[in-house]
Amino acid sequence: MADKSRIPLPIPTPETRHFWEGTKEGELRLQRCDDCSETYFPPRPFCPACSSRQVSVFKASGKATLHSYVINHRPHPAFDGPYSIAVVQLEEGPRMMTNIIGTEQTPEALVLDMPLTVTFEAMSDEISLPYFQPEEASR
Amino acid sequence: MKPGSVAIVGAAETTELGTIPGLSQLQLHADAALNCLADAGLKASDIDGVATAGESPTALAHYLGITPTWADGTSVGGCSFMLHVRHAAAAINEGLCNTVLVTHGESGRSNVGRGGFRGGGGNASLPGQFEAPYGVMGPTTMFTVPFLRYMKETGVTLEQLAMVAVVQREWAALNPRASYRDPITVDDVMNARMIAYPFTKLECCLVTDGGGALILTSADRAGDFPTKPVYIIGTGESVETPMVSQMEDLTTSKAFRVSGRKAFEEAGISHDDVDHLMIYDAFAHLPFYGLEDLGFCKRGEAASFIEERNTAIGGKLPLNTNGGGLSYMHSGMYGMYALQESVRQLRGTAPAQVEGAKISISHGVGGMFAASGTIVMSNEKP
Repeated sequence: MADKSRIPLPIPTPETRHFWEGTKEGELRLQRCDDCSETYFPPRPFCPACSSRQVSVFKASGKATLHSYVINHRPHPAFDGPYSIAVVQLEEGPRMMTNIIGTEQTPEALVLDMPLTVTFEAMSDEISLPYFQPEEASR
Repeated sequence: MKPGSVAIVGAAETTELGTIPGLSQLQLHADAALNCLADAGLKASDIDGVATAGESPTALAHYLGITPTWADGTSVGGCSFMLHVRHAAAAINEGLCNTVLVTHGESGRSNVGRGGFRGGGGNASLPGQFEAPYGVMGPTTMFTVPFLRYMKETGVTLEQLAMVAVVQREWAALNPRASYRDPITVDDVMNARMIAYPFTKLECCLVTDGGGALILTSADRAGDFPTKPVYIIGTGESVETPMVSQMEDLTTSKAFRVSGRKAFEEAGISHDDVDHLMIYDAFAHLPFYGLEDLGFCKRGEAASFIEERNTAIGGKLPLNTNGGGLSYMHSGMYGMYALQESVRQLRGTAPAQVEGAKISISHGVGGMFAASGTIVMSNEKP
């Protein structure tokens, strides 16, 4: 049986704190450069495209598509059975790793480029993890 | 080094010193780096060499948005940065890179995002925060993640992926030291135990014990030794990202492309000149990425190239002739074994000898498409 307490939880740093405060409030937060308009992830207090320190945090739409994945068949104490480890393409441009939940963990159910929406699960008082699910499942 | 041939043109410290609980260790590196770039009037994109200790040069380069052709992570304690300066001078003189950034940052008092081993900040590192929570279990679940996207964009099939393992097993059959030597079929590979869909056990590298070593000296002395000299004629390197999910494009490795291009330029050879090739095959899709990113095949055509037996025994580009990580051995850092096989081929002593091989390339990967190194060797002095 999956034991969620075995998930290695993130320890936020000063540069990523806004992201993890966002997920607690049900928001996926990204950053955008005020100078060159680059939208980027993971968080840092300067733009990786032009090195400007003038950057802003904003709330992303939470919409994404399934970019690539594997279905891990080896046992992990925090997961039941085979489970997906995915990279999703956010509507705003950046990509992030996640698990696809709310659907069968099979190649038939997990079709590349299918629309997804973000959902959040509280793992501790401090950390809520962003996951993604098929768009229809969230309606 | 050649006296007076290299100079320091930028220097800066972090904006604050003392107690800085508001910055992680990686950001201390970045803060110093941004100040140093400003001091020199340079942009991050002007930097093509990175050296650091305490954090990995991969983490630093990706965080700052730098694509280097030279990276040095020499970590020997507090004097590491003196060594970086010296190595950088040699690298610049050798043309490996032009403009090197050396950084230090340490959250020694506040202990924020401060890593241990290889600068990974554990659960406070970026991979720790943004990949580890999703059940990743090492290379089998991370190195493999990009491949379904590659399949969709190129039309390559799972049968073609399986063929990589089949062909390499044919090479291994000629090698008495290979771990696995019995012939296998595409069906055998596809029906093997599923590890991380779509990769089965026979498409994942072995886990074995072993080691290897090399000795290098100046070419002038090369004739004084009992074995046939193998000359280094081209080298390349790069790093991209410590997080596979943050590759610029999941279907091609930027580190491979940069490293390969640099090595070919330095050697002054064309692809047709290459007699023998080693591509670090931690998983069966690595030869696809390697053949395409090094320029041996056009995008999406590596699978057909292998299927048509161009890399097999008797083919025009013998590849992974020891059996590779899939069949020969894989102890964890397999790059050394790729180099050993290149040396054997150029000495003419390989169990599966490529007749008349004069130029061999060993192309290595580090991490999960995180880093790359390419060495072009020849048994003829250029």
